Amino acid sequence: MQKINRQDAKLMTGNEACAEAAIVAGMRFFAGYPITPSSEIAEVLSRRLPQEKGVFIQMEDELASMAAIIAASLTGVKSMTATSGPGFSLMQENIGYASMAEVPCVIVSVQRGGPSTGLPTLPSQADVMQSRWGTHGDHPIIVVTPSTVRETFDWTIKAFNFAERFRVPVVVLLDEIIAHITEKIIFPKEEEIKIIERKRTKETPETYLPYKYTDSDIPLFADFGSGYRYNVTGLSHDETGFPTNDPKKIDNLYRRLNQKIERYKNEIIEFKTEFLEDAEICVVAYGSSARSTYRAIRQTREAGIKVGIFQIFTIWPFPYEELAKVSHHIKKFIVPEMNLGQIAHEVSCATRCDVIKVNRVDGGLITPDEILERIKHVSV
Amino acid sequence: MFPYEKYLRLDKFPHIWCTGCGCGIIMKAMLRAIEHSKIPKDSIALVSGIGCSSRTPGYVDFNTLHTTHGRAIAFATGLKLAKPELKIIVVSGDGDATAIGGNHFIHAARRNIDMTVIIYNNYIYGMTGGQASPTTPLGKKASTAPYGSIEPTFDISGLAIAAGATFVARSTCYHAVQIDKFIQKGLLKKGFSLIEVLSPCPIYYARPNREGTSVDMLRWYKENSIPIEVARKMSDTEKERKIITGILHNIERAEFCEEYRKLVKRVSKN
Repeated sequence: MQKINRQDAKLMTGNEACAEAAIVAGMRFFAGYPITPSSEIAEVLSRRLPQEKGVFIQMEDELASMAAIIAASLTGVKSMTATSGPGFSLMQENIGYASMAEVPCVIVSVQRGGPSTGLPTLPSQADVMQSRWGTHGDHPIIVVTPSTVRETFDWTIKAFNFAERFRVPVVVLLDEIIAHITEKIIFPKEEEIKIIERKRTKETPETYLPYKYTDSDIPLFADFGSGYRYNVTGLSHDETGFPTNDPKKIDNLYRRLNQKIERYKNEIIEFKTEFLEDAEICVVAYGSSARSTYRAIRQTREAGIKVGIFQIFTIWPFPYEELAKVSHHIKKFIVPEMNLGQIAHEVSCATRCDVIKVNRVDGGLITPDEILERIKHVSV
Repeated sequence: MFPYEKYLRLDKFPHIWCTGCGCGIIMKAMLRAIEHSKIPKDSIALVSGIGCSSRTPGYVDFNTLHTTHGRAIAFATGLKLAKPELKIIVVSGDGDATAIGGNHFIHAARRNIDMTVIIYNNYIYGMTGGQASPTTPLGKKASTAPYGSIEPTFDISGLAIAAGATFVARSTCYHAVQIDKFIQKGLLKKGFSLIEVLSPCPIYYARPNREGTSVDMLRWYKENSIPIEVARKMSDTEKERKIITGILHNIERAEFCEEYRKLVKRVSKN
């Protein structure tokens, strides 16, 4: 067993790990509005951020929270908010603004049952599609789905790195189980943590164009209010940052915005597999459903059933090609999720195989037994 | 001649405002106030939402942020907290600030966060074609109030005072010289300052209500405005349907960013 330095090990909830990781990533601006089951993130940061000379503000609603973090990020400070389903809905318009104006920011949504007020204190994975398509229009976004407290720590840092590198909003999609579970977490060593900062321009204010095309498709940033007097708008704009009605420029903008995630998806997409080499059944899982899946497949392996797991850490962009690659020797896919099948459809698109759904929307978690039963049922 | 060119993004003209619109009068007053306040262009961030007034940032050479409908003050709050050395000006309209953005408006005033909010009050949603706003007067027509509005109106300045703003002034586009004096005072005020300016919309407000041209509307402002000093001596019935102009409110109260800085000093590690 790995020797643990007690200094590095701690008991923590997912929400606490998320807040601490954000500070490690360099986040120094949080604006939010209380909502169960995410409120502990705001509570921790209301204590921690002033200590770190950062800004914490409780806004009047979620629309304002999202607006405030976008404006703060424009000045160059890493910014985030945290919410749950209903609040996430209210943030959607300004998430679109962040996509359009290419403002790095991180939004944590701790999922609960929905639609509407739904199940405030019970777990769900209801925001999978909202996180991808909640705001209108084709837009770039990255969504990550950790399943343990340690993964929440790591993926919150990675979320900031994605936001900074690609100048996009990034969603950390937790669920009530991971948010509130207390687990032992062994922190990574400082040298193991990679922090990415947005690329800033080397041009002078006289020659700087805020959305000038670059080979990378990601424009170079200038801190707003630092001597570069430029315009930021949610309207379709050209390289200068001013509105345009020129069809060619509009087309260029929208295609580049989406292209900048599409072309780097191999560097973004991350997943983990176990027992997949000889598996005939594959369980595709994410978030807390992956926890139950690991237990279920280890038990069924002992019973001699050839089953494996494909755990997704980045549900958007979705790993279509990666799933297709493993699907050749798989006879059946099982997708457990705490919704009525939001990711199951994507899995069937990717694999063109039979997908068996294991769903719960009653506020209960998907137990290892429920997955185990389905695996056994499929294998006969 | 005032050197407006110094502040204008001339390549962005002609502007999109209609002939006779009051937006240009207020924009020019704002530029005079900035010039007289001697605030460098780099230190100013001009934030807006959606609507006719909110197109102002595109035409002037500052740090300009054109945001979503109603949310300008919320964006401005984030901007000010993240970069307190910036001088924040928000330009907004009656619909943008007091309908869809009403919540942010009152909460920014309550916090008394240092920013100057200029509201172009034209009684109508101009950009979308003349729908009724929270300031469309009772009985007046709008494209969504074809039989005349039956809703009571918001007193924008009164709302700001009640919510906690520390400097509140009202003027009209007829009183062009007065506007920049008020904006200048607002810029110098450490706290939430609001300048409400009545502004003619000759196309979507005056036309359906048969109130004539822009000149007729300016004349109406002139004839129906009463300075606050005079109004204080008048009865409520005498003041009915009149425009009370002047500095309506000017008090001292702790400013939010300064209070936050004090908190950080108290609890930060070094």
